[in-house]
Amino acid sequence: MMTLSGAGRRRWGAVAGVLTGSRSTLIGFVLVGAHLVLALAAPVLAPYSPIVNNGALPIDAPSLAHWAGTDQLGRDVLSRTLYGGRLALTDTALATIGVIIVGTAVGCLAAYWRGWFDEVVMRIVDAVLSVPTILALLVVVTVAGSGTWVLMLAVTTVYAPAVARVVRAAALEVIPLDYVTAARARGERAFAVLSREVLPNILDVVLVETAMRASWVVLLISSLSFLGFGADPPSPDWGLMVAENRSMLAVAPWASLAPIIALATLVIGLNLAADGLAKSLGVDRMRGGVA
Amino acid sequence: MTTPLLAVDDLSISFGANGRTHHIVSNVSLRLGAGQTLGIVGESGCGKSTLAGALLGRLPGGTEVNDGRVSVAGHDLFRSSARQLRALRGGTVALVPQNAGHALTPTMRVGRQMREVLTLHRDLSGTAADEEAARLFAQVRMPQPEMLLTRYPHELSGGQQQRVGIALALAGAPRLLVLDEPTTGLDVVTQAGVLDLLATLRAELGLAMILVSHDLGVIASTCDRVAVMYAGRIVETGPTTRLYDAPGHPYTRALLASVPSIAEPGLPADLPGSPPKPGGTVTGCAFAERCPVVQAQCRTGDAPPLRAIDDDTRAACLRAEEVRDLPPERRPVHLRPEYAEQSTLVSLRGVEIRYRSGGPPTVADLDLDIRRGETLALVGESGSGKSTVAWTIAGLRAPSAGTVTFAGTDDLTRLVGARPASLRRRIQTVFQNADTALNPRRLVREAVGRPLRLFRLAGRNDVAARTDALFTDVGLDPSYQHRLPAQLSGGQRQRVGIARALAAEPDLVLADEVVSALDVSVQAAVLRLLDRVRTEHDSTYLFISHDLAVVRSIADRVAVLYLGRLCEIGDVADVFAGPSHPYTRLLLGSVLDPRPPASDMDGHAASRPVEEPESAPPAAGCPFQRRCPHAIEGLCDTATPPWRQTDTTHRIRCHLDLEDLARA
Repeated sequence: MMTLSGAGRRRWGAVAGVLTGSRSTLIGFVLVGAHLVLALAAPVLAPYSPIVNNGALPIDAPSLAHWAGTDQLGRDVLSRTLYGGRLALTDTALATIGVIIVGTAVGCLAAYWRGWFDEVVMRIVDAVLSVPTILALLVVVTVAGSGTWVLMLAVTTVYAPAVARVVRAAALEVIPLDYVTAARARGERAFAVLSREVLPNILDVVLVETAMRASWVVLLISSLSFLGFGADPPSPDWGLMVAENRSMLAVAPWASLAPIIALATLVIGLNLAADGLAKSLGVDRMRGGVA
Repeated sequence: MTTPLLAVDDLSISFGANGRTHHIVSNVSLRLGAGQTLGIVGESGCGKSTLAGALLGRLPGGTEVNDGRVSVAGHDLFRSSARQLRALRGGTVALVPQNAGHALTPTMRVGRQMREVLTLHRDLSGTAADEEAARLFAQVRMPQPEMLLTRYPHELSGGQQQRVGIALALAGAPRLLVLDEPTTGLDVVTQAGVLDLLATLRAELGLAMILVSHDLGVIASTCDRVAVMYAGRIVETGPTTRLYDAPGHPYTRALLASVPSIAEPGLPADLPGSPPKPGGTVTGCAFAERCPVVQAQCRTGDAPPLRAIDDDTRAACLRAEEVRDLPPERRPVHLRPEYAEQSTLVSLRGVEIRYRSGGPPTVADLDLDIRRGETLALVGESGSGKSTVAWTIAGLRAPSAGTVTFAGTDDLTRLVGARPASLRRRIQTVFQNADTALNPRRLVREAVGRPLRLFRLAGRNDVAARTDALFTDVGLDPSYQHRLPAQLSGGQRQRVGIARALAAEPDLVLADEVVSALDVSVQAAVLRLLDRVRTEHDSTYLFISHDLAVVRSIADRVAVLYLGRLCEIGDVADVFAGPSHPYTRLLLGSVLDPRPPASDMDGHAASRPVEEPESAPPAAGCPFQRRCPHAIEGLCDTATPPWRQTDTTHRIRCHLDLEDLARA
């Protein structure tokens, strides 16, 4: 799992080298970076409001005034897509952080305590993983209603178990080592042992997991909106945009195509970045038991 | 003149980095005839393994031969075609790799791996190959060789894997066997068995052998001649016994002095410093920095040449003749505490420890006192439960029965979480493997500073000063504290581990095989350090080891465990004077002393082990009955043996009485 155990500073230097060394990794980070910049600058870059209808100009093909055309309500597709990036990135970041924090905490504790806690947690993980993701998510959303925080909760419920399993496997390799035993023999508390001794040594696994999960979360949130369980109109959510405009795919393909391209580039970018990270940090994702 | 089996002429191997050439092996010349044995010895990083690989025409990536040649049976390996090389490797010269467990393919049955070699080199297949494989496994004395063919490597013990590795090397009927650290990592008893096998094979097959090891004892017990390597050069070569008796190179002398001996008490001499890294520019003798008899002219010009100092010995030292005549090093013996006045620090009574409740006990019926101020050694093979006892005292594993008390009052059967901080502070552990004992992502300063903060032994402003003092105390420059463990050598890491234990100002230090993974020279230095800080800090040690020679040098008392049962205990001098429990005798016979005491060896040879250690004790009677050469049927397998008290501090648990034990 850990091939790099050398000096910290040299290590990060080496990581930076690998990130820019492989072309696909570089493309991944450039794609994600571009999405971040565009989302941040959306209010400056967007030529029109993403919400306000323009009855005079529905379903207008791309032109100089509307680079990506307009949708059935006459809204500028480019502006909606740019603003949609803000939504997608914020939701993804929040949900991913939730997934990683819960998954890492549960995985570490299960590996540290073992016994009944580990047993119970892992059976719950098995149960959640055996239910199709989107189905599980629909159940949560149907029961708890919609809204950003419900969505975060739903995504965490669905993805944290997989993270917990990967982190647990990584922690189990570190915990029997003597430096962890030394900390336990000193009488350090579980939190101190895990945060001081274990976590720094499985950080590479957690980082790769974060990048990988983020790409899944983007897709999941968009899928929910597409199905009508996520964002509500007139929000410029990419999934929602595709759903709204799909009936006119033959007449006005631009209205669906722009959010699809945005979504695809973000997911591909995150995937390439995750793979690059995994390679440069020496994390074997197959052996890590990625579900 | 006939062609020697192996001829290495003026061989130099180097790697290039940063536009410079770094020599790993320099000007090495060797000759080996059929049936001869040569040991190559030196500390880690002296180029031994690179040389061993070169003998099969194999170099580590990025290195190249600059000069010289390696000829096997007249063929120059580095000028042979791939086809010739393939025929030579395995067919004429074969390698037994360092860790046979890793060298075997885990997903392939052992028999199939053997058949591959037989098909390639001997053109055998089908039943003929199977029969030959079984014959080879029988030759390395594996029980039930036919059964073995269908086994996977993980189903074998470490010693068995090593035997399979040897059998694979023998499959091509080679004339020369190159063994790279063949017994490193094996238990003493298993090691003795493997070395015994090598001696037999040599006699039966007339094999020539080159044995690479850092262990002078291993070389002494197997090789007629020895070559000592330092910084990529051979610095001394000659017949093993003569070289060990009167070394001509100060490095050989220092290595020998650093080996603890079961024959004489006292701490081995340490050899400060470490071999130069390849690539440093050295003028004169590479050993000059560490040499006790260095002169001005040693530091100038080229490396001193290897020159004859008598008809059969050559040394690369300007003062070799003087060095040979130096009297042997005196080993300082530390003053043993007087037990009569000692109080008991830890007391174990009727202790039983199980790994699973309901499972067989790993440790049973253990009564043991650790007295304040002493070093008590706990000795046994792996699986004897010695580390388990330490873990129980450290509060990492609760005993399933019995009492453990500290200083007469504190209950040690509680796990560490249930112990008050003051008690936790007073018991500290130093771990076997310095590589894993320190967090690779944290500076070593944090490892040493942590106990100071946790136990509030130093105020916020004093931590740095205390840490400095602790580093100095264990012989490390305080500037080292800003490094990560990976930036330290094994010996330095072990010193940090000791500093971390000392930081808590403990009363009891649990030292679990702390020197067994270290080079001999470093081992000697760490043993001296442990003994010094024990005295200075007035603490008590529980010293766990499988190496009786190390135990003899540092311990005050010895307790011998077999499968979790105590079989012998007493003061070091009394236990080593005998009589001994049959198991202790087995352990003593397995210790490889580079200079075996002339009189003693015959007695030990009789109890040479023939089988692997057991994993579970018999249902009743003496735990050692199945391996004991003196077991009495109807007694040893039914009744628990009684304790026999000698007229000294020494007790033995055996059905034989003391006279019989002395005679046995």
